[in-house]
Order: sequence, then C-alpha cells, then structure tokens
Amino acid sequence: MFAYIVRRLVLMLVTLFGISVIIFVLLRIVPGNIVDILFDAAGFVDQADKANLEKELGLDQSIVVQYMQWIGGLLHGDLGYSYVSEKPALQEILPRIPITAKLAALALLFSASIGIPLGVISAVKQGTRLDYALRVVSLSGLSLPSFWLGLLILMASVSMFGTMPIFNPNPATWTEAFAIYAVPAMAVGFRSAALTMRITRSSMLEILRQDYIRTARAKGASEASVNYHHALKNAVLPVITVIGIEAAFLIGGLIVTETVFNIPGVARFLVEAIRWRDYPIVQNLVMLIAVVVVVTNFTVDMLYAAIDPRIRYTD
Amino acid sequence: MSGVRTLAAVALSLFAASNVAVLAAEPKKGGILKVHHRDSPASASIHEEATFSVNIPFMGIFNNLVMYKQDVAQNSLDSIVPDLAESWAWSGDGKKLSFKLRQGVKWHDGKPFTSADVKCTFDMVMGKSQQKFRKNPRKSWYNEVVDVTPSGDFEVAFNLKRPQPSLLALLASGYTPVYPCHVSPGDMRTKPVGTGPFKFVEFKANESIKITRNPDYWKKGLPHLDGIEYNIVPNLSTAILGFISGQFDMTFPTGVTIPLLKDVKAQAPKAVCVVAPNNVSTNIIVNSSSPPFDNLDIRQAMALTLDRKAFVSILFEGQADIGGTMLPAPGGLWSMPKEMLEKIPGYGPDINASREEARKLMAKAGYGPDKRLAVKVATRNIPIYRDPAIILIDQLKGIYIDGELEVVETANWFSKVARKDYALGLNLTGNAVDDPDQSFFENYSCGSERNYTNYCNKEIEKLFGEQSIEADVAKRKKLVWEIDKKLQEDVARPIIYHGRSGSCWQPHVKGITIMVNSSYNGYRYEDLWMDK
Repeated sequence: MFAYIVRRLVLMLVTLFGISVIIFVLLRIVPGNIVDILFDAAGFVDQADKANLEKELGLDQSIVVQYMQWIGGLLHGDLGYSYVSEKPALQEILPRIPITAKLAALALLFSASIGIPLGVISAVKQGTRLDYALRVVSLSGLSLPSFWLGLLILMASVSMFGTMPIFNPNPATWTEAFAIYAVPAMAVGFRSAALTMRITRSSMLEILRQDYIRTARAKGASEASVNYHHALKNAVLPVITVIGIEAAFLIGGLIVTETVFNIPGVARFLVEAIRWRDYPIVQNLVMLIAVVVVVTNFTVDMLYAAIDPRIRYTD
Repeated sequence: MSGVRTLAAVALSLFAASNVAVLAAEPKKGGILKVHHRDSPASASIHEEATFSVNIPFMGIFNNLVMYKQDVAQNSLDSIVPDLAESWAWSGDGKKLSFKLRQGVKWHDGKPFTSADVKCTFDMVMGKSQQKFRKNPRKSWYNEVVDVTPSGDFEVAFNLKRPQPSLLALLASGYTPVYPCHVSPGDMRTKPVGTGPFKFVEFKANESIKITRNPDYWKKGLPHLDGIEYNIVPNLSTAILGFISGQFDMTFPTGVTIPLLKDVKAQAPKAVCVVAPNNVSTNIIVNSSSPPFDNLDIRQAMALTLDRKAFVSILFEGQADIGGTMLPAPGGLWSMPKEMLEKIPGYGPDINASREEARKLMAKAGYGPDKRLAVKVATRNIPIYRDPAIILIDQLKGIYIDGELEVVETANWFSKVARKDYALGLNLTGNAVDDPDQSFFENYSCGSERNYTNYCNKEIEKLFGEQSIEADVAKRKKLVWEIDKKLQEDVARPIIYHGRSGSCWQPHVKGITIMVNSSYNGYRYEDLWMDK
C-alpha cells in the first residue's frame, strides 16, 4: 500500500509538471498577449511603447527562460505579479480561494445529499409515479444550463422578495450568508445532483437484482436494511467516481455561476485573467485547479479501498 | 367663514408645498452612492486608458485646469468653466493660452498643488518627460503644443505652433486631469492621488472600486456624498436586476440598451431614465489599398446601398441618429444641416433609387447577379459590433456582394485592423470631445495611428488645418460641414449611425446630468446628492 501511495504521488508530480508545460505553451500560442490587449483597449498601436512594455513585463525573453522563471518562482512561493493590477499574484488569488472553495463544497454537498437519497428512492420505487417524477427532475437538471437557472433564480428572487442574493464579503445576518452561498451553490449543484441521482438509480437497480439481495430478503431482512445496508453500500462506488469527476468539472459550472451571481471567486477571476492574457494569474490558477483535480482523483481512489474491502492496492 | 378657512387651508397647503419643494431642492449631505460598473478597468490612470470605464469611477478623484460645466448637458466652448485654473486668456495671435492657477489647493496626500504639476502632467502626456506612461493614447491631442511653461507657482502657459481654439475643449475633457508630479505613473495606475472631491480608497479588480469624500476639498461644502461604491458586475442581466431590486442607486452611465430600457421602466416604474447620444459612431472600414475595394465605384456602391433607417429601427427602436462624421444635432454642435446631408449619395430619402444606382456602379465594376463579389466582413466579437455587421451583410446582398461574417476577438481586433488584414470591417469610433479637431485629426489625418483605413487626402488635410485655426465659430462650422461632406463622398469611413443609450437612477438620486455629446466628461459627481 505504501509503495502504491508513493508511486501515485510521483505520478501526480509528473502529471503536474506536464500540465505546467501545456498551460505555459498553450497560453503563448493563443493569439495576442497582455500588451496587445492593453494597447487595443486604447484603440491604437504604438510599436515603440508596445516594445517597451513587453520588455518591462519580460515578454521579450524566450519562452524557455520565461518558463524557468515561473517554475523557479513557484518553487520558492513567488507567483509573480499580475500584469493588470500590478499586485503580487498571490495577493490577488489567495482571498478568492475561500469564496470558490465554499461554493464548490456546498455545491458538492447539495449534489450528494439530494442526488443519492433521491436516486435510491427512484430505484426502490422503480416504475411508480414517484420514480417517473424524479426521473423528470433529474433530466431537467441535466438539461438546464446553470447560467440560465441562475438567472431564473435571480429573477424569481427579485419578483417575489424584491431583493436578490448579491455577493457581500461581510454578510450581516445568517440568512444573508446563506443566500449568498447556498443559492448559487444550488444553481450550480443542480446538474451534478441530477447526474448523481441517475447514477445512483442505475447502480442501485443493478445491485437490487443481485443474488445476495434476494438472499438477504429471504433471510427476513427489512426493506430499509436491504436497501441501505446491503444495496447502497455496494452501489455507491460508481457514485463516488462520478462525484469525484464532478468535483473536477465543477469549475466550469462555477465560472458561469460566479458571473451570474457576481461572486468574486477564483473561477470568474480566471476568465477575466484569460481575457486580459494575464499570464501569471492564469498559469497559477490553472495549476491550482490541476492540483485540486489530481488530489481529488487520488482521494477518490483511496476512498474505494476504504469503502469496499475487496479493493486492495498491493505493493 | 368657511370660505376664509378654505382660503387659509389652500394658502397653507401651497406654503407647505413650496416649502417641501425648497427642502427637496436643498442638497442633503451624506450617503454612499452605489453604482453598477460594467467591467474591470485595466488601471485607475485616466491618462493611460481610452475607455470611459476608467473616467466614470476615477474622474471624481481629480480636477482639470478647466472643465465642462457638470450640469450643462451639451459640452461646448461656452460651457467650459474654471477648475484648477481660476481664469484663462489667449494671446492676441492665438498661439499662447495662459492660466492663472488656484492657490491653496492640496493633493490628497497633503502636498501643495503648483504650476509644476501642470507642467509635469502635460510634459508626460506629450512624451517629453523622463517618467513615461505605459500607454499614451492621447499624445496626438497636443501635437500643436510646443511646450508648457510655468511662471511662478500659480501661472502656466501653453505655447502653440499655430492657433488652436479647440485646445481649451480638449483641456476640459474628462480625459485631461492634472496629475501630481510627486506620484509615479505606476502608482497612479493603482493608487491615484488627485485634488478632486473624492479620495481613492480601493480598487479590487473584478469586484469593486471605492472612493470617499475628500473633507479638505477646495470647493467648500462639496461633495455632498460621503462616497461612491462602484460594484463591478459584468453580467448586464444581473446588474439590471440589481438596479430593479434597489441594490444599486444607479446603472452604469449609458449602460442600458434601448431594448432593455423597457424592462427597467416596466419593473422599476419610479426609476429616472434618460436616453442620450453617446457620440460613438458605427462605421464601415474599407481597405482601399487592395482589390476589390481599391475601386472607388465599389466603395461608392456600398455607401449607396446603406439603409441607415433600417439599422436604427432594428437595433435602437428608432432611437439613434443619422449623420456624417460629426455627431448630429441637436446633441452635436458641428453636424451638417439636414438638407446638406441628404444631398450626399446614400443619405437621400429614396433608398430604392440609391440602390439602383449602386447596382449600376457594381455592373460597371464587372459584378452582377451572375458574378457576385464574395468578401469577409470582419468585426469584433461583441454584440454592439456583431449585430450591425449582420445587418450590413444582409444589405450588401442587394448589390451582389456576398458578405461572410468574420468575428475577431477583442485581443486581436485592433492589431488586425492596424495590419490592414481585412477587406471590409465594421467598427465603432468613440469621440471624447465633440470637436472637429479631435475627430478629424485622430481618424482621418494622413499617418494618424487611429486612421485605420489609411485614408489620406492632402486637399482635405489642408482643410483640417484651416478649420482648426478658425476662431469664428460660424465660419469654422461651414468649413467643418464641407470637410464632413467630402469625407462621406470619398467613402473614407462610411458612417452608418450614431448610437444612443440609456442611463437610469433611483428617484432619490439628485443632481445627475447626462451629457448629450460625449460619454467621457460628466462624472465629477461633486454635486450629486441623495434625498433619503
């Protein structure tokens, strides 16, 4: 097991190195850099001024030198300076991480706490009206784009309550704090909840047809015991995989949700940084997301072994 | 007796009403004005940027030498009032503009303001100082200025190569604040220091911009507000919902489109909304240096086929203006009279006759129903560019031109245009000041950086100079009309329309004036107050 973990950790480092190269090269392949954009915004192109600024930002150096400078700085905890705000990248990124982390965690919690129980109910009540109703809900969850759902929520909120949950870094009341985070989390987590529900349902249906379930029933186990103790425990593995993948994909949903709900998190910041070609911000943020995804994958793999005793990672 | 009582009651109610009116007109102190901001500006330095996304939040931090009177909607030489300059005077030959400066003014960091700051600012804008701006988009505004010479601490003079009466108009723009000598351009981008009614508090990129009341402002009793918070909400739907729900006191000035205005009025009927021209023209850029548009017949045919009313009707529900280069009246000061405009090919009332003529020109150039001309119509990938480009493509079909939309990301748009890597494009041109000097020299002068089409007509160039030195406004207007007419006839950069946009605020916000001939000059906000 120990050797397996070490192997995985080394693999993670190799993956992150590969990602860092890909990000760095891709960013520079995309047409236009920060200097083009800054000057384009001013509506004119003065080649001498542009060249000066490129030199000032170090963009005139070779791509290899620029990469080495970035990685060297990263290893020393120096993420560089934002080209746009001229502040240290760390100072720009750090305050935004907890905001997005809270949103993502709440969205995943919503997804799991709604998706798994409803998926089980749908499977257990297969073919009933309740099952059909839940399947409609899950299908709509997969079909509704989160930005549209977010806008609908905002419009309903303004129409019904005369207000809307716009971000405030220091919410005055518990309800305000709840509205600020929970409402957008529900908007972004709805799709994920729907997917979790469908996976749980199909996985449960497969398990419920297994011989050992029939045996449990024959032995007189209660329906609740059969469904939750025997079936769900075995059906949950693919669900964990899906939740793990969804955690990685969540950033896509968060970009639109943070935009619609005007939340100053990492995801919206990333989009703005890409728009400005603010390389230090984009590179470091994408690396951060890559680390989160790689660590989540690793955690999910470790969870398999913890949940299912049949799975063992041998040396 | 009852009649007396009635009279007394009427008199009392009239008194009360007039009293309320007086009280309502008396500005109240305090309050933080919450305004929606459409995007996160690149920096806080007005001199280095070319978008009113910077002027709006940061103009209140500064003073100019002179400025456009903030409660007069139409900017003109007559509406220019003293600011940091107490007075100004032109020399007899019109080549020297002298200012007497206000004494006792302090920068927000406590240092005194002197003529050295004025010299520093304009030396930097003219690119003559050691310290340089990263970007200097309005350097060409001061091409006729030889130097700026201080005389003692409180007098300064602008010495010119030739008379340029409109220099005063440029100095009054929201784009022309006076910067402190002792603060570096880098610091001005992130922590600006001014002499204005508001002090800089913070600028959180993509989040908010906060400014607070300057208690030591040299205009005693101003500003009325305690501060202004600009919340950056790039999603317009969210921003409008925020305004409707009362979370914003004001929308981003000029940030409400005409179709969206209806929604605002329906859902917030008490909101005060104003539609005004923004002095931004939508125009066609034609690469006349390479085929097929090196052929004047094809360029003229294209100008003739434009149904400008259709653009205005579809995109603005009829609320936009048709004109030449200069912003049309009544908002604009320098536009041609209607009868003169209608004589220009393509501006006449009979669009079918114009198109018939256009088809003949196309036939002369060798194109017809059996031999159509295929071109790419390049434009920026944002709705205000893309939408009219689509209508343009549709209209060009009528004269055998098959346009294909080529959308270009903002990051690459101006570089592409500057490289002349297009045949036909749709562009927007904003004018900071409603003055022919700014518009003609910037967009049509031979060799100008913003003359994207490389249009160069020495004869017209001479006229640019003639109108620029003309001090008699009536004579200058006639010259300007003649130039504008020729520019349209030459198909230099056919103007499709001049846009209008809406601004809304809650009824408790008082003292806002939306300028009708510029979107860059009316954001000092020292007279704004809130009746709540």
